[in-house]
Amino acid sequence: MPTMRFRQAIVAALTDAMEADSSVIIFGEDIAAAEGPFKTSEGLLAKFGPDRVRDTPISEMAFTGAAVGAAMMGMKPVVEIMFMEFLGVALDQLVTEAAKMRYLSKGQYSVPMVVRASSGSGLGFGCQHSQTLENWVAATPGLKVVTPSDPQSAYSLLRAAIADPDPVMFFEPRILYAERGEVDFSVKAKIGQARLLLTGTNLTIVSLGNMVNVAKAAISESGISADLIDLGTLVPWDKQAVLNSVKKTGRLIVVEEAPLSGGWGSEIVATVTKELFTSLKSAPFRITAPNVPVPFNGTLEAKFAPNSHEVSRQILESLKNNSVPDPWWIVEGIVN
Amino acid sequence: MSTSLQRRAKLKDNEVAWFDRMLEIREFEKQTNLLFASGAIRGTTHLCIGQEALAVGLASVLNPDDVVSATYRGHGISLALGLSSHSALAEIMGKSTGCAGGLGGSMHLCDRSVGILPTSAIIGGGIPIAVGAALAFQIQKKSNVAVAVFGDGATNIGAFHESLNLAAIWNLPVIFVCDNNVYGEYSRINTTTPIEDLHLRADSYAMPNMKVDGMDIHAVRDSLELAINRARSGGGPTLVEAKTYRFAGHSRADTAPYRPEGELAEWEKRDPIKLTREMLIGKGLLTEDTATQMVSDMEDFMKSTIESVQQDPEPTTKDMFKNIWTEPEW
Repeated sequence: MPTMRFRQAIVAALTDAMEADSSVIIFGEDIAAAEGPFKTSEGLLAKFGPDRVRDTPISEMAFTGAAVGAAMMGMKPVVEIMFMEFLGVALDQLVTEAAKMRYLSKGQYSVPMVVRASSGSGLGFGCQHSQTLENWVAATPGLKVVTPSDPQSAYSLLRAAIADPDPVMFFEPRILYAERGEVDFSVKAKIGQARLLLTGTNLTIVSLGNMVNVAKAAISESGISADLIDLGTLVPWDKQAVLNSVKKTGRLIVVEEAPLSGGWGSEIVATVTKELFTSLKSAPFRITAPNVPVPFNGTLEAKFAPNSHEVSRQILESLKNNSVPDPWWIVEGIVN
Repeated sequence: MSTSLQRRAKLKDNEVAWFDRMLEIREFEKQTNLLFASGAIRGTTHLCIGQEALAVGLASVLNPDDVVSATYRGHGISLALGLSSHSALAEIMGKSTGCAGGLGGSMHLCDRSVGILPTSAIIGGGIPIAVGAALAFQIQKKSNVAVAVFGDGATNIGAFHESLNLAAIWNLPVIFVCDNNVYGEYSRINTTTPIEDLHLRADSYAMPNMKVDGMDIHAVRDSLELAINRARSGGGPTLVEAKTYRFAGHSRADTAPYRPEGELAEWEKRDPIKLTREMLIGKGLLTEDTATQMVSDMEDFMKSTIESVQQDPEPTTKDMFKNIWTEPEW
């Protein structure tokens, strides 16, 4: 099994998808001649030519909308949004156009497109290039939302996203691009299917993207025995996998990279509470970033998103006291 | 009842059929307005009275496998392209027999069989989508074209600029049709836009452009044919500005009190239906009597269509869960 970087797994998925299906095309800013700002389209222009691999002007709205139109006409476009924040100027085309085409045409049109965007904090890009904004799109019926956590899931989930008949938002944690891991190209992922990465007895941790790796480190640091579920797909999230695990452990913690308010973890906690209330051993809770923009200063940025130390502290405290621990910003008396 | 494709085929080189379709649109809009006023239509409506020559002119020069991305003021374009009055009215009245099963409403008409992409209720929202459809045609090496129809107000939104720029650098087979009806919602164009001739905006993208009298169906057809032929033969996009006039208000009960006195009356002298009728009588294709008979037949047809739609069933609660994703099982 080859070992490769996360970004190379993306390249491999795009290459294999384009080889398998001539209707797959990719476009975005600097993805062709420059091979992608994060080198996620290395070699594609040379291999597939300028008809299928296109540089665009800095026009997210137009090229995202063009992907919608091309998808409706039988192509499978994959567009790249360099930094997730740039979705802001293209959101109409996703939330209001792509997500509604099937509905408004009574199923006559579908929109098999993928929007790839790099996401997340940790690299010193400042608050306009470091956000984790799944909640911008997760509340729009008609859009699927996927986030891989390692090279294997990057490859398998991207293949699944491209093959999917609906519009898929595919968010790549930027901090992982250089990370290495084994990739088995024969592993097929299914949109909407979680991965159980660790099995244990004390509690269930549900996470997504790079927070999966943080949670894994925290489980190891704290020495507890836990189920670790990598959702992989946020919409539709794998309710059954989560419920099965919490049925067994009786405890749930959701680890999210985005700020506390309005985060997707609330959905998981609410669902588990509703379905399993009487069998829970303690209140399910979330570990998130505080309600602030991503700070630039390195020390502060390291504290912004949940880190393994903070997650480990909250895991141990919750197990010890059978209660929901306060996040660090309350413990430190910064916010009431 | 004829299919959308058959309705479309009727427009082929048949001037009397163009007139008939224009009458259909006019009567449809009049009745829609009355139904709205009576409370039989909920939500909102955006009428295209006065803009029928552009709708029918466009439909008569496009092939049915070309695609059109139009707007919330889309009843006329959709009927012209082939959607039936029954299906359109049923949609507007929220009936399950509507083109979107009654789940879309007045602003959202669609018919894939004749290339009507779902019309967008977002100003400029459909422009990038037409560009994308054209991109697909180019890559698929097809000779189809995509058309984006939008109003004068849309030329001030970012999607317009980004889309024309992208279409120009990629030399895409797309025709941008600006239906300049003088008003963007409640604002006259001169209060929102520093130039009157919006087609000139294409100069910024080195894109061929032209303006046309949108009240004259032959003029509309001639310019669009030129643009369509250019696009089909690999010559890239064109911006066509049709000078029309919105005879009704922006939406619903808007009576457009903001219009300068006499402006509507001046434009009504060039009512496209009046001009087409005169043209056909002048050519001897119609007489005053046969034209009057067509108007009266259309009134009867629309009356019976309304009666029929009113009998149609409502969608069920189950229907609102359909067609969101391809596989909604979760």
